[in-house]
Amino acid sequence: MVDVPYDGIAGTAIPPAEVPDVELYHPKSWLTRYVFSQDAKIIAIQYSLTASAIGLVALVLSWLMRLQLGFPGTFSFIDANQYLQFITMHGMIMVIYLLTALFLGGFGNYLIPLMVGARDMVFPYVNMLSYWVYLLAVLVLASTFFVPGGPTGAGWTLYPPQAILSGTPGQDWGIVLMLASLILFIIGFTMGGLNYVVTVLQARTRGMTLMRLPLTVWGIFTATVMALLAFPALFVGSVMLLLDRLLGTSFFMPALIEMGQLSKYGGGSPLLFQHLFWFFGHPEVYIVALPAFGIVSDLISTHARKNIFGYRMMVWAIVAIGALSFVVWAHHMYVSGMYPYFGYFFATTTLIIAIPTAIKVYNWVLTLWRGDIHLTVPMLFALGFIITFVNGGLTGLFLGNVVVDVPLSDTMFVVAHFHMVMGVAPIMVVLGAIYHWYPKVTGRMLNAGLGKFHFWVTFLGAYLIFFPMHYLGLLGVPRRYFELGDAAFIPPSAHSLNAFITVVALTVGFAQMTFLFNLVWSLFEGEPSGGNPWRATSLEWQTPETPPGHGNWGKELPIVYRWAYDYSVPGAAQDFIPQNQPPTNTGAVQGAAS
Amino acid sequence: MAVALILLLVAIGSVLFHLYSPWWWTPIATDWSYIDHTINITFWITGFVFTAVIAFMAYCVFRFHHKEGRRADYNPENKRLEWWLSVGTGIGVAAMLAPGLVVWHQFVTVPADATEIEVMGQQWQWSFRLPGKDSRLGTSDVRNISPENPMGLNRDDPHGQDDVVIENGDLHLPIGKPVKVLLRSVDVLHDFYVPEFRAKMDMVPGMVTYFWIKPIRTGTFDVLCAELCGAAHYQMRAKVIVEEESDYHAWLGQQKTFAELSGRNAVVRATYQSGGK
Repeated sequence: MVDVPYDGIAGTAIPPAEVPDVELYHPKSWLTRYVFSQDAKIIAIQYSLTASAIGLVALVLSWLMRLQLGFPGTFSFIDANQYLQFITMHGMIMVIYLLTALFLGGFGNYLIPLMVGARDMVFPYVNMLSYWVYLLAVLVLASTFFVPGGPTGAGWTLYPPQAILSGTPGQDWGIVLMLASLILFIIGFTMGGLNYVVTVLQARTRGMTLMRLPLTVWGIFTATVMALLAFPALFVGSVMLLLDRLLGTSFFMPALIEMGQLSKYGGGSPLLFQHLFWFFGHPEVYIVALPAFGIVSDLISTHARKNIFGYRMMVWAIVAIGALSFVVWAHHMYVSGMYPYFGYFFATTTLIIAIPTAIKVYNWVLTLWRGDIHLTVPMLFALGFIITFVNGGLTGLFLGNVVVDVPLSDTMFVVAHFHMVMGVAPIMVVLGAIYHWYPKVTGRMLNAGLGKFHFWVTFLGAYLIFFPMHYLGLLGVPRRYFELGDAAFIPPSAHSLNAFITVVALTVGFAQMTFLFNLVWSLFEGEPSGGNPWRATSLEWQTPETPPGHGNWGKELPIVYRWAYDYSVPGAAQDFIPQNQPPTNTGAVQGAAS
Repeated sequence: MAVALILLLVAIGSVLFHLYSPWWWTPIATDWSYIDHTINITFWITGFVFTAVIAFMAYCVFRFHHKEGRRADYNPENKRLEWWLSVGTGIGVAAMLAPGLVVWHQFVTVPADATEIEVMGQQWQWSFRLPGKDSRLGTSDVRNISPENPMGLNRDDPHGQDDVVIENGDLHLPIGKPVKVLLRSVDVLHDFYVPEFRAKMDMVPGMVTYFWIKPIRTGTFDVLCAELCGAAHYQMRAKVIVEEESDYHAWLGQQKTFAELSGRNAVVRATYQSGGK
């Protein structure tokens, strides 16, 4: 079949350009090495640990809200206000402070320089600041649990007018600090994001053309470009809402009644906020999804010992999804009262985005076809991702198709859909990726037996939680309800299903403790992994030291001769050929490179 | 091969759950069965794709899992296959989108003979307004709201005098007559949600939104709020009663008009101010 290094677009295997080596910042003390570090690998770990810590808070909040939903009236320590505060904080933490920070700040920082063959990010000092501003944003967010009135209960969408009026919990401090925290997060992210983009564009090593980049880098890169374009909409929305709340401006506030009195507001538009929010919010879905798409492609390829099928199509699908995701935002607003004729346009764009997304799914499963599938823990999580993502993606076709959305919007169907597609599916990838790259970060393997237990409980449990939940929504059960109360259309069996979901959710939640245990235990007792335990091709596995040292590559930067997917090349001695292995050494391709 | 079997069982179990689960949509009470049909089409197409993809994946895991000596194919791309899959997906998407847009067109095209009624949301209750003999609703403004005028009607508008105002009561609708439901809020976002109607729309302070329905079945239905509106969101309830036209008119005859309510309130206020003398 193909016996030369397959090479995306460029025809030549010979590296085209010289990349000058850079002068690195060398830390002089323990403090600048491990705390105020400018090394992207340390910053990545700082980002990941902070995101995971605040993510655990969100996990506990989900238990509390599930206890209330499953067994209403049983827990006197949860009242209606707290319930709204729990759902708001859970959603905001999960979407922004956990998933966005973990994929871009965590995986992006660790993997981009290593995968493109750079010594570090191009602006290390700004990269360090990015983390510390992010940490400040997280601390401000967490502080809302301790201020008078508690955190905001406006829902993670923070829709005005209610977000800043007195009928909503957290109207005093909670909403102000939430908006301040978001503004900080965006400032911090922008500093990191510029780094990721410029590093991918400017600091690739000799021979690393764009079409030789692993899909992980393509996913993170495209997501970062999108985030840099989308977050400003949330930024201005947050600033304007803060002004409405603190200075009494009326960007989003029409004349209205507050607590029985005509308020001081007038002339603003609540829909304007929704447009700004979703102009950010929809790309945000893909800001979380695209890194997951990229990473899972590499997991599948590596553990099936087969090149990713249709690499070029995969790259274009990532770029197409990224571009299209900026013209679909109002599908979150079909029943918002916006101009109804928008529905035609946004339904069409939304369903068109299904095509590049479907291509990605086909190419993942076609990569498995005639592979040599090693059912390692990362591969299991990748398979779990495909199922949950296909499920969640397909229910998106219901909600995107404007008229179908009308009965389903604001019901548990929506909750089930977005949890499946941007909760469970990306977290499957996060977990698979941690099992995959942990050996590179620590030099030790995670325990595979515990990992398999963790996978099956998490995957099957999460599916049992969210798949039946769609049918509650189909029945008409609304979301964001503290109690369903008396409603003739809700049968007793729906309450039993809610109780069942709660029991499974608690089980899945506690099963994560085995993962935490595994992370800590393996750090000391895990089997030493060596530099390339999965026999993978991409550059991060070819570092001279594991974990990679300061500057990543020792004296010489690696030179790249091929794409990242030379697995099971016919005639090659091994079933993988690293990207930095020159063609003359592969045997099979000797003399064929020209 | 246990892993392949479990993956397959997830797909089969999902289909069986769909077919046999007791949780399904409520019996419809308006003629928006087109929406239900569109959902059914979507279920068929997506269900097929879901089962096919997972079954293929399970087969791959079963057939190609690692054994000693197995080596994967080297197969960078197959333009023809990728092209056909894209076209097939495009057809499937069009098969869902086209009926969806046709029904959406019906949804946004209000029949000329629809009666306009008004639903007003406020934290955390519903009010309703029906046109009087002139078949027109009078104008309103949030700035007019007072204890005597809870819906903020314009006192100088002659069309508003005969409007039937129902504060904190239930809404009645005649069967078989198209209704354009105008939606208004005086404080925060709400959403007038009756599961059996299928149609719903947010209510936004500062603007009037709408949807239209034609009730096709008598009965009493729960009204819920479907857009988070603060602490007592979950308690914002009312009922809609769809009834035969004669029953509807009998009910309507007992309701108070805006003019009557204003007069009554004026009397009450005068009585109060004069200390009941």
